[in-house]
Amino acid sequence: MNLDHMKNRRLAGLFLLGGVLFNYPILSLFNLKVMLFGIPVLYLYIFSLWTLLILLIAVVTSKVRMKDEVHPSCFILQKDNQP
Amino acid sequence: MLETTSILFFSFGYLCFLFAIAYMGDKHAESGSSIIGNPYIYALSMAVYCTAWTFYGSVGRAVRDGPGFLTIYVGPTLMAALGGLVMRKIIRISKAHHITSIGDFIGSRYGKSTTLAGVVTIIAVLGVVPYISLQLKAISTSFLIVQQYPQVAMPLHHAHVPVLKDTAFYVALLLAVFAILFGTRHLEATERHEGLVAAIAFESVVKLAAFLAVGVFVTYGIHDGFTDLFDKAASAPELDRLFTIDPDHTTYADWGIYIFLSMMAILFLPRQFQVAVVENVNEEHLDKALWLFPLYLLAINIFVLPVAFGGMLHFSDGQVDADTFVLTLPMAYGREGLVLLVYIGGTSAATGMVIVESIALSTMICNDLVMPVLLRLPFLGLSRREDLSRMLLFIRRAGILLILLLGYAYFRMIGEYYPLVSIGLVSFAAVAQFAPAMLGGIFWKAGTRVGALCGLIAGFLVWTYTLFLPSLVQGGLLPREFVTQGPFGIEMLKPFELFGLKGFNRIAHAVFWSMLANVGAYIGVSLFSRPTAIEHAQATLFVDVFKVGDGLKPLPTGWGTASVPDLRSLLKRFLGEERTDEALSAYAKAQNMDWERSLTADPKLVAHAEKLLAGAIGSASARVMVASVVKEEPLGIEEVMDILDETRQVITHSHELEEATMELKAANERLKELDRLKDEFISTVTHELRTPLTSIRALAEILRDNPGLDPVQHGQFSEIIINESDRLTRLIVEVLDFQKIESGRMEWRISSVNMAEIIAHAVTTSNQLFRDKNIHAELILPQACPPIAADWDRLMQVMVNLISNAVKFCDRDQGKITITLTVGTTASGERRAAGGECPLTADRSPLVADRSPTNMRVDVRDNGIGISKADQEIIFKEFRQVRDTARGRPAGTGLGLTITRRIVAFHKGKIWVESEPGKGSTFSFTLPICEDEG
Repeated sequence: MNLDHMKNRRLAGLFLLGGVLFNYPILSLFNLKVMLFGIPVLYLYIFSLWTLLILLIAVVTSKVRMKDEVHPSCFILQKDNQP
Repeated sequence: MLETTSILFFSFGYLCFLFAIAYMGDKHAESGSSIIGNPYIYALSMAVYCTAWTFYGSVGRAVRDGPGFLTIYVGPTLMAALGGLVMRKIIRISKAHHITSIGDFIGSRYGKSTTLAGVVTIIAVLGVVPYISLQLKAISTSFLIVQQYPQVAMPLHHAHVPVLKDTAFYVALLLAVFAILFGTRHLEATERHEGLVAAIAFESVVKLAAFLAVGVFVTYGIHDGFTDLFDKAASAPELDRLFTIDPDHTTYADWGIYIFLSMMAILFLPRQFQVAVVENVNEEHLDKALWLFPLYLLAINIFVLPVAFGGMLHFSDGQVDADTFVLTLPMAYGREGLVLLVYIGGTSAATGMVIVESIALSTMICNDLVMPVLLRLPFLGLSRREDLSRMLLFIRRAGILLILLLGYAYFRMIGEYYPLVSIGLVSFAAVAQFAPAMLGGIFWKAGTRVGALCGLIAGFLVWTYTLFLPSLVQGGLLPREFVTQGPFGIEMLKPFELFGLKGFNRIAHAVFWSMLANVGAYIGVSLFSRPTAIEHAQATLFVDVFKVGDGLKPLPTGWGTASVPDLRSLLKRFLGEERTDEALSAYAKAQNMDWERSLTADPKLVAHAEKLLAGAIGSASARVMVASVVKEEPLGIEEVMDILDETRQVITHSHELEEATMELKAANERLKELDRLKDEFISTVTHELRTPLTSIRALAEILRDNPGLDPVQHGQFSEIIINESDRLTRLIVEVLDFQKIESGRMEWRISSVNMAEIIAHAVTTSNQLFRDKNIHAELILPQACPPIAADWDRLMQVMVNLISNAVKFCDRDQGKITITLTVGTTASGERRAAGGECPLTADRSPLVADRSPTNMRVDVRDNGIGISKADQEIIFKEFRQVRDTARGRPAGTGLGLTITRRIVAFHKGKIWVESEPGKGSTFSFTLPICEDEG
């Protein structure tokens, strides 16, 4: 449950990140008639950001599938919680 | 080679192939080996999101406004990031409540409301019909274009063709037949169609492959890669405007609203709900789909801009519609195979969407609109008919046909004049109206049925006014002035500039106003309306779905009992005999009961039957049906009391828990304090023990080493040794006493004692002490003193303690100690009012004659340094000593007063101190006089 919570929080964080970077005013910084590596810079920005976001979602969601293995840090956490 | 007959052959062959896949999928599902039970198929089936609009329309949109087309695919990616929160919750709720459509979901959330489910259905149908017409347009247009191969020419408007000669009409009929074959061959209790999902996933592969093929052909076949193509575009006139967002076309606000729209669409389009929620095999699949699906969207968009540029460069005269570039470019270069692939890909995209959407919508029409009405019409006698499953199937088939014909009608009248993308966005704006009721429903318990209803209706009316009616103008069904001058010439009400709002494009403008009306009405009305009991229960079940779980006690269902045969025949009518018995046996096994023998179904079984039924006919209809067999046993006063009692118990328990926690905390604090005090005590005691021991040892050594010591000195030293030994003994006795009192092992010897005698005796024993310290002691005793039941030794100890305490702190030169004993009465009220303060006034005569005395009081007053207010509180606590900078640490363990207080408390008396620094202090205690013991 804890890991699920953590995953959800991370995903929500990615959502906020994407929401900010895909919108005004950040988007307007790249709204230029300039080519970079022969590709219009706005498209380059959108597609690289998009790829990055997908990659991050993949990383965050795939980590949780190991939930049967208990991460060492969990032990520490549990110990701390005991009075 | 590409003649009409061969195109028809390929189209039909493709559809048949799809059907074969679906058939295989169903067979596998029946034999128990699901072929769709993996996250890859699940993600591919979600890609039904990409329709003909994506396949053909994205290029057209890119040509019109540059990068704006990407918003439609960025939104779902963002929603995927939010999927853990939203999607997972919707899936979990739907599985727990056998929810089969979005109408069912909203209706069920707000108290299983039939009205609400019906309204959602109507909005969904009207909102999505334009979208379906868009697919019909795409299929028929692409067919007409391919038909003219190798010539590239735009087909004429269909308005001039009679219906029976119109390709789109036959396309609509053909798709209706396929949707019926795919989706309504038999009735499923879960509304899941494994074969359909398999076919949809296959279609997703086909359309992606086809689009990538065109993209590669344009980018690397015609041109020399991305860089070359972009270079050419940059040097061509007017093309470099597509490199950026043109604020005249699409403002950043529009951009943001498009992203929002597509986020809502991916959740609330009926077909997305169908594939992502209803057809979901395993919740775990969501994890992988959350990034596989956005990856698919990314892939299908990479070549949109290159194809757009390729088309613009090739057809620079503007004669060819940009929506058809995907198809016309390969045609212009004579690539027959590629043309066919693209045609099949586009058809794939369109058919997949139409089939899933029409099945999802027909389920809603049947379960949430038609059945609830039919079941309530008594003259039809439906609630008594034996087998209703055939009728359900018929309604659904009719629903599919109706939806496709509506789509065709919209296409005939309006769709022709709109580009693909605009029609799609109109539908997106319609389904976005579900957002407040849905999202509010799963995160906000206070949302009510009336609120949801008002929100939906308000939002839908604004949508109709700002998007749907103007589209009728386009088709000539309404006068043009409606848009240009506003209805009846009222400028403020112009549908594209409502209340004079400018600076948005039409879609963004409509989304803004409709969402404002929707959210405002939903929240506002919810706040001012009261939910009914069932709304309340459903709200909790939905919002707390992750907490409620399966193992907990179910909430009250509101059902009474029913007879088992009635319930069984009801289920049989909708599910068939075999499935009914199977489901009931499974339930009986889990609950450890024998349903075939028992005659009465308890409310739990009735609720379970309702759930089973909900899977087949929707929760609203299921409730109506179950109500027809349940004995009239509405929530009686007893049940209400039960519920109240349970709630009260929960509250009490939580209070108790809180209190226990507080107590534990306090105890813990006290333990810590005691621990600290114990350490202090040990250091004090060892210090106190060591001082006399050291002096005893030192003096004893002197006596040993100097045998010829003068006798006077010898006597002095011996005296000191004896005194110090006494002190040690006292100390040890005190510690032992304290230990005994604390552990409750103190032995009390109660006898009839005279307090005056004790005081006199204590003063006598202390005479030596007074003389040593040069203290004048005064004793004031009453003439008669009633005897009390007490422990003589202990009271003696109290007196000695108080006296030695007074001596210790007395003025050094002119010490004076006054000891007073008064016997008196106090009314109980007086005593209470006096509290911990002096129960008798000081000037009261020692003996009050007219009433028999109830208590006595002893004061020991000294004229020493006094005790500050703060210290008065703590001196009675164990191990506490008042430190004085001038005198240093006083002698003693700090146990004397504690022991004193315990002894007084044991005799049911009170002890306190009154003092002012510099003016001496008075230690007083009272002891009650019990008459029967007197």
